[in-house]
Amino acid sequence: MCLGIPGQIVEITDAACQLGMADVSGVRREVSLACVADRPLDQLIGEWALIHVGFAMALIDADEAAETLAALEGLGEAQETLEQMAEGAKALAPKGEVVQ
Amino acid sequence: MRYVEEFRDPVKARAVLAEIARVTDQIGATAENPVRIMEICGGHTHAIFRYGLDKLTPEGLEFIHGPGCPVCVLPMARVDECVEIAEQEGVIFTTFGDAMRVPGTRKSLLQAKADGADIRMVYSPLDALELARRNPEREVVFFGLGFETTTPSTALTIQQAARENIRNFSVFCNHITVPPPIRALLDDPHMRLDGFVGPGHVSMVIGTHPYDFIAQDYGKPIVVAGFEPLDLLQSVLMVLVQIRDGVARVENQYARVVPEHGNPVSLAAIEDVYEPRPSFEWRGLGEIDASGLRIRDGYKAFDAEEKFGIGYAAGTRNVPEPEGCACGAVMTGRMKPTECPQFGRGCTPDMPLGALMVSSEGACAAYWTYGGARAVEPAE
Amino acid sequence: MNMASKPSRLRGDRVTLAHGGGGRAMRDLIEEVFTDVFRPESSEDQARLSHDALRQPGAQLAFTTDSFVVTPVEFPGGDIGKLAICGTVNDLAVGGAQPLWLSAAFIIEEGCEIALLRRIVASMAREAAAAGVRIVTGDTKVVEKGSCDRVYITTSGVGVIPAGRNLGAARIQPGDVVMVNGVLGDHGATILAARGDLSLSAALASDCRSLNGLMEAVLQAAPGTRAARDATRGGVASTLNEMAEEAGVTIELEDEALPLRAEVRGMCEILGLDPLYLANEGTLVLVVPETEAEAALAAMRARPEGQGAAIIGRARARGAIPVVTRTAFGGTRIVDMLVGEQLPRIC
Repeated sequence: MCLGIPGQIVEITDAACQLGMADVSGVRREVSLACVADRPLDQLIGEWALIHVGFAMALIDADEAAETLAALEGLGEAQETLEQMAEGAKALAPKGEVVQ
Repeated sequence: MRYVEEFRDPVKARAVLAEIARVTDQIGATAENPVRIMEICGGHTHAIFRYGLDKLTPEGLEFIHGPGCPVCVLPMARVDECVEIAEQEGVIFTTFGDAMRVPGTRKSLLQAKADGADIRMVYSPLDALELARRNPEREVVFFGLGFETTTPSTALTIQQAARENIRNFSVFCNHITVPPPIRALLDDPHMRLDGFVGPGHVSMVIGTHPYDFIAQDYGKPIVVAGFEPLDLLQSVLMVLVQIRDGVARVENQYARVVPEHGNPVSLAAIEDVYEPRPSFEWRGLGEIDASGLRIRDGYKAFDAEEKFGIGYAAGTRNVPEPEGCACGAVMTGRMKPTECPQFGRGCTPDMPLGALMVSSEGACAAYWTYGGARAVEPAE
Repeated sequence: MNMASKPSRLRGDRVTLAHGGGGRAMRDLIEEVFTDVFRPESSEDQARLSHDALRQPGAQLAFTTDSFVVTPVEFPGGDIGKLAICGTVNDLAVGGAQPLWLSAAFIIEEGCEIALLRRIVASMAREAAAAGVRIVTGDTKVVEKGSCDRVYITTSGVGVIPAGRNLGAARIQPGDVVMVNGVLGDHGATILAARGDLSLSAALASDCRSLNGLMEAVLQAAPGTRAARDATRGGVASTLNEMAEEAGVTIELEDEALPLRAEVRGMCEILGLDPLYLANEGTLVLVVPETEAEAALAAMRARPEGQGAAIIGRARARGAIPVVTRTAFGGTRIVDMLVGEQLPRIC
């Protein structure tokens, strides 16, 4: 059961019950903040959380996300280099011959 | 950052796909002798087909669709029990939409609703509890199904019901856990798997250590993965690199959501409300030790099994799978959906025979819906 | 309107079975709530109609009917009354017809608020005026509480297709361009939110609107237009499947080209729904030959109801599958007919 989607916590709606409002692309739903209440609730406002069946299940770590994207970026650059090398080899190859 | 679009960038995907092709080649995998990676979670199966990733990865890489779709592994007997509870006088039976169309022996919940049972789809167990507050004269039952991702939500809801002393609310607990069936699959001598893509949202609750045995005891790599296409591709690549390098580790591609040790609040709630059953029945896989949860005695007042005397614990039901249904073989990777004699004949999304055709996460429904079966010819 | 000027003869705030009984109470309800607003010309049992357009050689009569049930009956962007006008006007318009006359029949639940009925009727009158059609005849029935949900409406419509116009899915050719007049799924997402049982809120409104003006503009600009459909229940996916089947072509969509509002995307992500299957109530699916695609697009974009017009795909020679979509990654997947209703899912 894995449908979970990032949403931003925008408001605390019921501090006693640990409820807050999450915003997913402009769609709002009251969610339980119980699982992510590792700090005063007010400090959760603005944080992104993974929302599943009406619960904020985990806070999303921006640094880790950036790191994952950077790794992908690196892969892209390496790929570009590989493609350029292939292009270069193709240019140097005698006519009619295909270099893979 | 919205943590969605960034992980759907097709340009970045091309680079990962090229690297996947290169590493698959280095492994020496071919269409005849493929490297076989199981994506455990149905959400990953869905994403593979939703984005057409199966058609972009090399022939030497085969995805085996794992048992991580709770609706698919739900035995028919459990559906029958749901219907039986739902048809009791005074009951409002609440469920996620996923379970509505799953066939039971007599009928599905959707059919039971048409026959007059008060069955309501909810988005959250909290909504079911709210129904109980508003309808004190009715018994509101919530069908608790799903893996560790969903278990904390029902545990926290039961705790809330206990705090408010809401006596007309109960959960029909059919929660299951991911690691035991993985072990069962790895113990199956017919099974040939080279590595795993691990379930990201289950892992945000339980962390990555419950998978240590996969690497340590069975020597297979596993990478916990997010659900966006780039997450999935990157994870597949990480598994392939481990296979190529001859190592087996538990890696975490989804670190932005999955902490190594999981979520302490969720784990505490599960521990407080639930305990493992000695064993539990899985559709297609049979009985698996300690793979299901039941409500602890302390929360007995909120246990629908106790209230109605219906459920797995009562042990009264033994419903054989429908004749000809090969869901079990498909689920264990022994058969591809298209190799099932019933696929597209006796079993279609309109008239499903087995659960794998019902849930959109089911391998068969995904094959059918997204064209694994009915090959999509490339555009010129 | 003259309703306020004379004292109401209606007793109570709600419809009772007496209002369906054929007596004075029924007459009062019909007169005050319906005919005083719709003002049909004939008080006989039938409308008597004539129109110059019908006398043109080669002109064809277009005739359609549709029933409307929706919960809630009032929602952001419309209500069941507006829906009942737009739906029937659009069914005529997408065939190239100029809509002229509508009938309206109401099944009313005992206990329905009269004020609600008045709002619905006012909304119908407004939309009919905007679309340039007249409501010329109608009927009401009252049923016992629980036999229906407040009010159901059936509208039938008559229009005229001018000589020479022949729109139809069978005319679609490989190479034709498929376009829509704006964002998809607004109505379906709005209704999901408005029902309240999922506790989701969003600044969304139904796209419920009459498309006859837009259709006329398109046909002026792109007279070679092959076919048009009003993509309602089952969404754009179902409409395209029907068209492709009838035409014997395969329609290939581009995932990235589908115009979607962020909120609709968000709603679909939360509930695990596919926006291609969400209902619309003012969404035109248009198939035009490539040579006229730009003209059709420009004609749509020049009007408010076509501002968000976009090309979403193309027809090609029939393959194994009627409708497919190409993902941003270059993969393809089937866009099938829906089995039953799309249910919210969590896995």
